[in-house]
Amino acid sequence: MDAHVAQLQMQYRNYILSLYQQGFLDDQFTELKSLQDDGSPDFVAEVLSLFFDDCVKLVGNMARALDQTGTVDFSQVGANVHQLKGSSSSVGAKRVKGLCINFKELCEAKNYEGCVRCLQQVDIEYKTLKAKLQDMFNLEKQIVQAGGIVPQVDIN
Amino acid sequence: MMEVCNCIEPQWPADELLMKYQYISDFFIAVAYFSIPLELIYFVKKSAVFPYRWVLVQFGAFIVLCGATHLINLWTFTTHSRTVALVMTTAKVLTAVVSCATALMLVHIIPDLLSVKTRELFLKNKAAELDREMGLIRTQEETGRHVRMLTHEIRSTLDRHTILKTTLVELGRTLALEECALWMPTRTGLELQLSYTLRQQHPVEYTVPIQLPVINQVFGTSRAVKISPNSPVARLRPVSGKYLLGEVVAVRVPLLHLSNFQINDWPELSTKRYALMVLMLPSDSARQWHVHELELVEVVADQVAVALSHAAILEESMRARDLLMEQNVALDIARREAETAIRARNDFLAVMNHEMRTPMHAIIALSSLLQETELTPEQRLMVETVLKSSSLLATLMNDVLDLSRLEDGSLQLELGTFNLHTLFREVLNLIKPIAVVKKLPITLNLAPDLPEFVVGDEKRLMQIILNIVGNAVKFSKQGSISVTALVTKSDNRAPPDFFVVPTGSHFYLRVKVKDLGAGINPQDIPKLFTKFAQTQSLATRSSGGSGLGLAISKRFVNLMEGNIWIESEGVGKGCTAIFDVKLGISNESKQSGIPKVPANPQHVNFAGLKVLVMDENGVSRMVTKGLLVHLGCEVATVSSSEECLRVVSHEHRVVFMDVCTPGVENYQIALRIHEKFTKRHQRPLLVALTGNTDKSTKERCMSFGLDGVLLKPVSLDNMRNVLSDLLEHRVLYEAM
Repeated sequence: MDAHVAQLQMQYRNYILSLYQQGFLDDQFTELKSLQDDGSPDFVAEVLSLFFDDCVKLVGNMARALDQTGTVDFSQVGANVHQLKGSSSSVGAKRVKGLCINFKELCEAKNYEGCVRCLQQVDIEYKTLKAKLQDMFNLEKQIVQAGGIVPQVDIN
Repeated sequence: MMEVCNCIEPQWPADELLMKYQYISDFFIAVAYFSIPLELIYFVKKSAVFPYRWVLVQFGAFIVLCGATHLINLWTFTTHSRTVALVMTTAKVLTAVVSCATALMLVHIIPDLLSVKTRELFLKNKAAELDREMGLIRTQEETGRHVRMLTHEIRSTLDRHTILKTTLVELGRTLALEECALWMPTRTGLELQLSYTLRQQHPVEYTVPIQLPVINQVFGTSRAVKISPNSPVARLRPVSGKYLLGEVVAVRVPLLHLSNFQINDWPELSTKRYALMVLMLPSDSARQWHVHELELVEVVADQVAVALSHAAILEESMRARDLLMEQNVALDIARREAETAIRARNDFLAVMNHEMRTPMHAIIALSSLLQETELTPEQRLMVETVLKSSSLLATLMNDVLDLSRLEDGSLQLELGTFNLHTLFREVLNLIKPIAVVKKLPITLNLAPDLPEFVVGDEKRLMQIILNIVGNAVKFSKQGSISVTALVTKSDNRAPPDFFVVPTGSHFYLRVKVKDLGAGINPQDIPKLFTKFAQTQSLATRSSGGSGLGLAISKRFVNLMEGNIWIESEGVGKGCTAIFDVKLGISNESKQSGIPKVPANPQHVNFAGLKVLVMDENGVSRMVTKGLLVHLGCEVATVSSSEECLRVVSHEHRVVFMDVCTPGVENYQIALRIHEKFTKRHQRPLLVALTGNTDKSTKERCMSFGLDGVLLKPVSLDNMRNVLSDLLEHRVLYEAM
């Protein structure tokens, strides 16, 4: 039983490390995790679900704004990108944040093609992240079910 | 009765006619004699000045007496009594006396009177002379007036052609000339060309060679010269024999060319250019050139020269001004391009700063991880190479980024208090492994008066020392390395342009690193501190390095107001690297290096601290709230500035407001909160959460009355520190 827990924990640790190293997450995510305590046990999950809802909404807005026939309101798109950037940097979604930075420049340059492409990338990216984090949560659940505690992963 | 006596008997009956005539004459003489003085008196009384009254009296007396005598004579024609004879005698005697006296007086008077006459003549002459001179002066004044008018006309314009044309017109008018012409030198300077004439509308394009004797004569003097009407410069009209040509005068007009004003050209003052002005009096008028007219002409010629030079100066200055404006425009463009380039470079660096380091770290981390797994020896070798190369690349990148920022001047030292002794020991610990491998013993000597706790940029100082000591180890194959640290006063071993003066709370740290290794050729020493320069050829370079280390170290040392130099006796004789840096002496001995952590842990627990978070972004809001809740605060959240104003109360100790959203003046809310809470102790502290903490943002926040600025995303430690500092000092400005 312990070996299983140990293995799960090792798996979990490696998974988290890989997420960091592949650039999905950054230090802010660590901070977020450190805020989770007995007082707010599901803090991270709540924040993340709020974040992904936000993503859906903002991406939808941007898609609609870019879909407009006629003149595209780039300032509207830009405002949404700004929001997404803020959200993603608050949760430590590194890749999404990076994409948002590019996206913002494309909006300022009013590059329609670039914006559309970037939006698609953002869409893919946040969904990928969502899937990955879902896997992470599943691993955590498995560890707890197996009777172990979720290890604190030291990134550096 | 009629006795015959010896007295003369007037033969009255016989010479009665004679008697009668005598009688009448005497009578008239008497009348005249009596009237003359009367007249005299009358006229003298009339005239105010007559200096000779006494003479007049005498004269009057003389005349009166004479008249009396003649009057009395009237009675002597007939028989007269003795009384009459007596009176007559008395009268005569008196007359005699007076007349003699008068005669004597006149001797004195007459020369005077004569001289009066002389003086009168003299004065008349003088008056005539003055009249003549008046006439002359008047003429001169006229001339002067003409000149002034001419000058005014000429100088009222700065256009070359107008000047010349006006000159000719006015001269023609003033002097009533028949013809007036101006000959200008051609471009080649070998001929004079007829440029302007007064009467002829379209002058024939005449040229005259400049070397004519008459022209030389005129050019040789600054005075107006009379020339022959038949000379080529004066023959402007077709000559017909009837005319008796009027007199002609020519004068030179100096021309200043633009090139005279350019200082860097060879001075051409000796070869002056002149124009020739020719003036002709009307033919058949027998008028002559008067001196004052010649003077007028000379003065005008001078004025024209001055006016032309002014016009030339104006042209020149206009040209220069246009040139300057062009240059300014070009410079402006260049400056803007440079600024754009710098901005582009900075943007690039900013992106590089983060984006390029991340993959590097990923590579390094994953390679390290890979190393720890099971590998075949070949695989291990490959992984090690990957690691080494990527470490090198990471170092290279860091160096380049640091140097760029240093050169910009945008790098600022991060001052803090730290333990100097510990720093040296750490450096040595870092170097020791390599030194041991190379069998180079390292010794550290710290002077006894070296302060332990100092204020300075710990990280950069360590970088400098590491670089120097690292170089010593790198370039030594044998021998030992000694590191000495001491406090320095003014030392004559320092380079002559640098004087070390320890001030009150500062001191200069001198570090000497001596090695007995490869040494450096003294000629190469200046090149050491230049970027990318290597003293050894590529083949002998045993370890990597971009050659930037010393350049960066030098820049850091300069930032610390110090100096760095290297001494070496030659190749193979080892070298000593010495640097001085200015450090502050710390008054307190602090355990940790971060002064922001307060000594008293009172505010670590923020239990129940009421705070307000304003953020439009739901996710950020939640995260910030989570942070603050974790720290124990009681957190209220709002999502707009209106809501914030409604909700905020004096119970809230701190308000965190997000000012990231572009285009919206979130800062206004800070002002509104200031307005709402007039008493300072009731007002909550205002902290801005923003995406960048550059100087302009901080200044903006300060100007809107915010008490602090935090960079998003905020870490827990940061928030804790900020809050405690804020509550302690009520003001905080820090960057992450």
